[in-house]
Parts: sequence; C-alpha cells; structure tokens
Amino acid sequence: MTLLRGRGMAAVNYPTGMNLGGDPSQALIHSTPTGAFMITLSSVDLGQGLRTVMAQIGAETLGVPLETVQVDTADSDTGPHCMGTFASRATHRVGNAIIAAANEAKEVLLEVAADELEAAPEDVETDGEGNIRVVGVPQRSIPIADVALAAHFKHGRSISGRGMYTKPKSEVDPETGAMDPDSTEAHACTIAEVEVDTETGHVRVLSLKSAYEVGRALNPALVEGQITGGTWMGMSHALYETTAPYYPETDHAPDDFSHYLMPGAAELPEIESTILEIPSANGPFGMKGVGEMTANSPIPAIANAVTDAIGVQITELPITPEKILRALEEAA
Amino acid sequence: MSAPGNGAKPFDVIGRTHERRDALGHVNGSTTFSGDVSFPRICHMKAVRSPVAHARIRGVDFSAAEKVPGFVTSLTAADVPKNVYTILCLIGVEPDEEQVLAAERVRYKGEPVAVVVAETETAAFEAAAKVQLDLEELPAVFDVEEALEPDAPIVTHWGTNYFVYEGHHCRRVRHGDAPAAREQADRVITGRYQMSPIEHAPVEPTGCVAKPEADGRVTVYTNTQAIFFSLDNTAIILQVPPHKLRFIGGSVGGGFGGKVDVIVEPLATLAAMRTGRPIRYVYTREEEMQVSSTRSANRIYITDGVMDDGTIVSREVTSYEDAGAYSRHTPYGCTKHAANASGPYTIPNVSIDVHCVFTNRTPSSAMRGFGVTEASFALEMQMDRIARELEIDPWELRLRNAYRNGDERPYGKTTADATLVETMHAAAEMAGVELSAELRAMTSNDRGQVAE
Repeated sequence: MTLLRGRGMAAVNYPTGMNLGGDPSQALIHSTPTGAFMITLSSVDLGQGLRTVMAQIGAETLGVPLETVQVDTADSDTGPHCMGTFASRATHRVGNAIIAAANEAKEVLLEVAADELEAAPEDVETDGEGNIRVVGVPQRSIPIADVALAAHFKHGRSISGRGMYTKPKSEVDPETGAMDPDSTEAHACTIAEVEVDTETGHVRVLSLKSAYEVGRALNPALVEGQITGGTWMGMSHALYETTAPYYPETDHAPDDFSHYLMPGAAELPEIESTILEIPSANGPFGMKGVGEMTANSPIPAIANAVTDAIGVQITELPITPEKILRALEEAA
Repeated sequence: MSAPGNGAKPFDVIGRTHERRDALGHVNGSTTFSGDVSFPRICHMKAVRSPVAHARIRGVDFSAAEKVPGFVTSLTAADVPKNVYTILCLIGVEPDEEQVLAAERVRYKGEPVAVVVAETETAAFEAAAKVQLDLEELPAVFDVEEALEPDAPIVTHWGTNYFVYEGHHCRRVRHGDAPAAREQADRVITGRYQMSPIEHAPVEPTGCVAKPEADGRVTVYTNTQAIFFSLDNTAIILQVPPHKLRFIGGSVGGGFGGKVDVIVEPLATLAAMRTGRPIRYVYTREEEMQVSSTRSANRIYITDGVMDDGTIVSREVTSYEDAGAYSRHTPYGCTKHAANASGPYTIPNVSIDVHCVFTNRTPSSAMRGFGVTEASFALEMQMDRIARELEIDPWELRLRNAYRNGDERPYGKTTADATLVETMHAAAEMAGVELSAELRAMTSNDRGQVAE
C-alpha cells in the first residue's frame, strides 16, 4: 500500500443573476401604526438566509433597528412578483428592489418627521436606533413610533414604498453568440490537498483552502454558511455523487442515501476560507451572488490534486476508487 | 454602489453577522414546511411510472387499482387540459414537448403515465402499484453522441434529438477566428471531460398540498423556488385563469435548482379541483433520486491552441448537454454554458458549440451552478493539462491568461468586474503558495483600460 499525496488548484468566475437578465423582482414596504416595517415579497428562502439578509437591507436603507423590520415572503396573494430564488440572483435582484422600496417609504417617513419636528425634510435623518433627529441637533429627536402614529392618525400619510429591479433582457445573436449574460461576476480560487491510497483507490481530502471574492459580504456568517455547504457539495460532486455510476449505462442506479453516497463528517477536511470584498457596481451595497459559486472551484481543484498525486488525469466525474484503481492499472 | 437614500450616512446593519431568523425553528423542528400542512379530508396522490426508458403505451388498466380500499380517483393525460407544454414557455421558449402525463409514448424510465388519489398514503401506493400498464418497448438511446448519430432512436416528437437555436443545431459563440489561430499555435492541446448526472438531494423532497377553497379558488402550499413561475405554469397546464390560484411557500428545505421544475403542483391542483378535497403530492426519496431532474451530464471537448510561453491563442469547445427526455430548463442552461465555456481567461479566438441533446434518460434541469459548474470543471482540468504539457506552473499559466477589466469577452461584453487575479493572490497567500514578484505584481486592471 502506498499513500500518494497531491495538491491541485482551480480558479473560477461566477455570473450573478439569471442568464441574459429579464428576471424582475419586486418588493413592497409599509409601516405599521407603531413604526414597525413590513417588507412584503413573493421570494423564497431556500435555507440560505434570504429573509434575514432582506431585513438587513431594509433596515440599513431605512436607517431603523433591524428588529423592527419584518419580512413576509412567498404568498402570491400578498407578495408582488419575484422571478424566484435561483441563479445566485435573489440578494442582488430582491435586495435592489428593497432598497428602492425603502427609499420611497423613507421619503414619507422623513417628511412626516420633519413636520412633527418643525424642520425641513432635508434637515432630518434617521439615527439607526429608532428615532429621527434634526441633523446636527440630536436633542431635537422623535421616536419613529410617534412619527408612524402621527402619519396614520394625524397626517393621513401612508409610509410605504414600492421597489422593482430588473436587468433588461439581452437577446443572443444566433451567429456570434453576442449577448449580455450577467450583472456582475464573483470569483473563487481553491487549493486542495489529497492523499490517494493506491491499494483501495480511496481519496482522502486533507484540506480545502479557498479565497472568495464576493463584492460585499452583507452578513458574513451567512456567506460563511454558503461557503461551508458549497465546499462540501463540491467535494461530494468530485468524488462521490452520481445517479448513474456507469454513465451513460443506466444500471446500478441508486435510490436512497445508502447507495447515493456523500461524504459524512468523518470524511470532511479542514475547510479554510478567506473573503475578499471588491464591490460590484450594481449589487445592493456592492454584493455579488456567491451561493452557487462556492461549490464550483473545489471540483476541479480536487480533480487536479488527484492527478498530481497519481500522475494520471481522470476526466470523468465522480473520481471513485474504482476509476482510480483502473487508471493506475492501465498506467502500470 | 447603492447607498441609503436622503444623504444619510451608512449604518452598520449591513456587513455584520446577524443571526438567521429561522435558524432556531429549523433546528428545533418548529418551522412549518409545505409538507407539514394538513387539512381534514386530505387525500394523497402517487404516480404510476413507466418501468422502461422508451415505449409505446398500448393501454392503462385501472380495474385492480379501483378496488383498493380508499381509492378515490385517477388521472391520465386525457384529464390534463394542456398536457403537452414546456416549462420555459413563460420566457418564450418553444416548442411544447413535455407531457404532464404520458399519453402515447413514454420517453424515460419513471415518466408518469397516470396518478392515483386515495384516502391514505398507503392506499395511494397500493393503488398506483396495481395500475396495469401495457407497454410496447422501443429502442432507447442513452448517450449524447450516440443520440446525434443518423440511425439513433428519435426521442422528441419533432424528429431530431437536439434543440434548435434560431435555426442552428447548437448554441454558438464565435469570437475571432479560432481554427486559423490554432493553425498558427505552437501546440494544440485537447481534452475530453465528462460530468456526472447528480441529484439535488434536498433534505425536504419536492411536494405540495393543494386545497380547494369555498370561493372556487385553489390554495397551493408548495416548496417551489419560484412562486409565480409555478403558479403561472400551473394555470397554463390546467387552462384556468391565474387569479383562481393562490400559491404559498417561502420556507424551503433545500432547492439547488430542483424545485424550479413545475411537476407536482399542476396534478395536485387538478385533483383538488376534481375531488373538492385537499390533495398532498410529495415525492418519495426514490422519486427524488431517480425521477426528479438531475444535473445534466455534460460531455465537453476542448481544443486549445497554445504558444510555448503559455499564451492561449485559441479555444474551441464542443459541449453536449444531456437534457434527457425533455427540455425543462436545459435550453436555457446551454446558453448559460456557452457564455461561460471559455472560462475567466482572455483568449482572442474562441469558438463554442453547445448542443442541447435529448436522450431516453431522466430529464436534467436546473442545478446549482447551471451550465457554469460544468464549464469550470472541464476548463480548470484543461488548464492543468496545458500547464503539465508546457511544464509551466499552473498558477503562472492562469495568471498570465486571466481576464482583465477592459478585455472583451467572447460574447462581446467588456469585462468590468474581474477580480480573478486578486482572488488567486489571496488564495495563494493563505495556502502558502510562493508566487514570483512578477506574478504578485499583476492586477485585474494592469492592462490599464478600466479602473474600479
């Protein structure tokens, strides 16, 4: 038995948004009589934390405490249209729609507050802590709850806003392929270290170290969550998963998780990552879509590490022990 | 960069970690997912599926199934108002081709021929198992290149095993003159790369509950990734006005692209309208694994013209995307693949052909990284192959060819958000990879065209 070590790397880009655009999303915001804000969407949280980030974008734009912003999502009777959660688009598209809606609502909020404070609307600001104050005169301040009550029962104003974001659809030139496929691009680079057992063909991933350029990490823990999950999915794709183990043959098709294998906790290497923030021009607060990309660079990085270890390039996924042993036999 | 309005200074809500609002509910099991929704008198739906990959349907016999205690009703193609459709019709993709329930021909193993509705899930399973299918098996094709051979069994109803892009048999990208540049290259380096079909494997299987309301509408609790996309496609398939439908979702136990297909909602809604009872239709794990869409198993051929110093002067990519039996989102995925099939490198001459190929496999569809994961896998293995053949450091090869802001992409767009060089520098630093001073000095703006 020999244990062969190898190292491989891969560098990738990833486009944000539905290919070619034409994928709008909307948001509505309104204030309750006591100054909480409801963001109404038809967007879907897949487990990545969309609701939380959407509340952050709303709170940041309005300049109000995060806990006073609620997100109601995915009811076609109440939520305005959203194309859906896919193509690393949700935070980009829906986030931009929320910024637009929040700015419209904030305009009314500040106008009513200015009236109450006997100041000009351009001279008042939210303080991020639930109040509106006169710029430079912090003692002239009014709680947002009082502004909302006044708006409802005294001024007859609706503190609300509508937001819409879309990237106009690009057509593809059928001859040349000329098109505008994306809004921005995120980037990743992964270095994988593996150890291959030449007796069993087993690949042990020793480490996965990656840098991710995400524009702006709006919620670093959620970005980290995407990274950890995506790195695992990439490793699983590279070495374990297939619905047709002898593709294009159809036999030995797995129908449950005892035959459709994925790495468990014991197989996971140390996953290290670093995040770069180089803002995009059009993402909310400079963000770029990172969800899907995190699974991409580990696949070729691991494949390249296996090649480095055994001296043979296996170009069919997944790189199973069987394929490694056959490749080694053929090379011998 | 977008900033808060009215001149206020930025607050600190963005850029800081805030606990996920649904985290505790997901962990302690109190979150309501669509499969948790239940109502009195709810019925259960199960599909009757083809056991073979390609067959003519001679008959379907429900007589034994109807005797199962608890059997309520069954549906076949004749019950579906617009049984043949294509999911991307909403963005103008044609032709209609997928059968909601197979009528005359099944094109993949697991294709639904009928559904049964019963009082309990057990009765639904039993009734589905007792439906007799009379099938005449036909020759099938499982390989993307075999499917394009002249004598291959034809999968589609229009007579070719490929999708037609505005008169072309594949999605093309042409930039410069790749064959001519290859002739002038010091070396030609080729590779063949094969993706695997993989399963989305969400913790929560695809499913929905459709409930008829007293006002004549139907409320559908679903784990779709796209509420209105599912609602509108359901309305089209059932030929009902969209305002008759209300879709509710929002908390999904993993999607990864698999829940952008509209598969369970139309049939559950139809059965709810027919029976006047709430209907639950949720995939089993076996159905998730072998019937729901997979990732397309792309086969990718790359031919690169390379100079001895590592400059890539031409890249020709021929990629076969295995759509399986029906289009679903694959025609879209092929275009996304074509846009990304030369990678984040500036190559003056590029030629890309991406074929959307039909086979008698389970349809593939959208999956995490759709079209791009496949390209990245093949290209980054190809870059290492070039590096080995030229005996150039793989970091150097990539950094020299990495796209820079201001460079023209093969699809005609000017690069504006490139940070590949900076990302590689950061990765090298954290992994302790030594780069030469020349490589360290590179930036994504060092060709001087565009500054951030």
